[in-house]
Amino acid sequence: MKQRKKRKGVLERLRRIFFFRKAPAKIGLYGPPNAGKTTLANRIIHTFVDENEDIGTSTDIPHETRRAVRKGGVLIDLKAKALQNSYIKTATNSSSDSDPKPREKKSKLKLDIVDTPGLATKIDFHDFLAFGLDEVEAKKRAKEATEGVIEAIKWLEDIDGVVLLMDATEDPYTQTNIVIIGNLEARSIPVIIAANKIDLAEASPQRIADAFPQHTVIAISALKGEHMDDLYEEMARRFK
Amino acid sequence: MDLISEDKINSMSSTEKLRFLLDGVKSGNIVILEGGLTTEEQMQLIELTMTEVDDDFPGIELNGYPSKRSFFNLRKKKTRLTMIGPAKMMRTIKKDKDLISTVVSAV
Repeated sequence: MKQRKKRKGVLERLRRIFFFRKAPAKIGLYGPPNAGKTTLANRIIHTFVDENEDIGTSTDIPHETRRAVRKGGVLIDLKAKALQNSYIKTATNSSSDSDPKPREKKSKLKLDIVDTPGLATKIDFHDFLAFGLDEVEAKKRAKEATEGVIEAIKWLEDIDGVVLLMDATEDPYTQTNIVIIGNLEARSIPVIIAANKIDLAEASPQRIADAFPQHTVIAISALKGEHMDDLYEEMARRFK
Repeated sequence: MDLISEDKINSMSSTEKLRFLLDGVKSGNIVILEGGLTTEEQMQLIELTMTEVDDDFPGIELNGYPSKRSFFNLRKKKTRLTMIGPAKMMRTIKKDKDLISTVVSAV
């Protein structure tokens, strides 16, 4: 009996040595519909995985993403990215001798990115008719969108960190944003707020920072790729 | 419009509370809760609402003031007022930490 227990202990140790790996953190991209979650997910995949691969389709129609999509094993390698950027800069700028040295970035982090459907308290099929969908299609989309909201909520059970996207052109003080943040705080899930769409003239990321002063807010444009390095650095720091 | 006392809400279990609220809203009432719901309960209410959305009931309009940490118990958050109404009838115009403006219209 004792022998069997000992053998089991050795096997367990071997299993841990050869097979046990720390699973990559699952990072959820959350937010209301049309905040730019899929655009950000695609941007991350293009930057660190494959420039031709998309995690989903982003359009102006709300609830385009109606199923959570997980992309596993995304390696956020800031050092490699910094070197690549510096190489591109050197190749395109002959007076690079006068430029300061690129900042050394040591962070490397493997993540699973989960693009979730937009969270909402109401889904009216009539809203989709305005985007040219016929009634049958609009009702189908509305039904799928409700299932998507439930799926996004269920995913909170399995998520290790969240990038919460907010549209910087809109009022951030909505009940949906408050409910998401409250739930993340209650579950002690680390969160970064990404104030998206700063490429638009009416964007005000400061309004988001003022509304949620207890959280880190990074102003980005996922579509244009503005300030993405700031977000990646914060992700590497918070989700390590 | 139903104004529900904190005592009544506290006497209900979590499931009873959500069912009571959603039934009230689905029958066309605007429900205001003294004491309010926690953000976890609000998330559960959104989840329950989504299971009942159909052509006639597009969902709810949910509003409230953020919870506060009580002075003597720093770990516990005190919830405040929550207002829930049918999305078809109620629309939020303006909301900040201390003011909620809504428009209510007949269906």
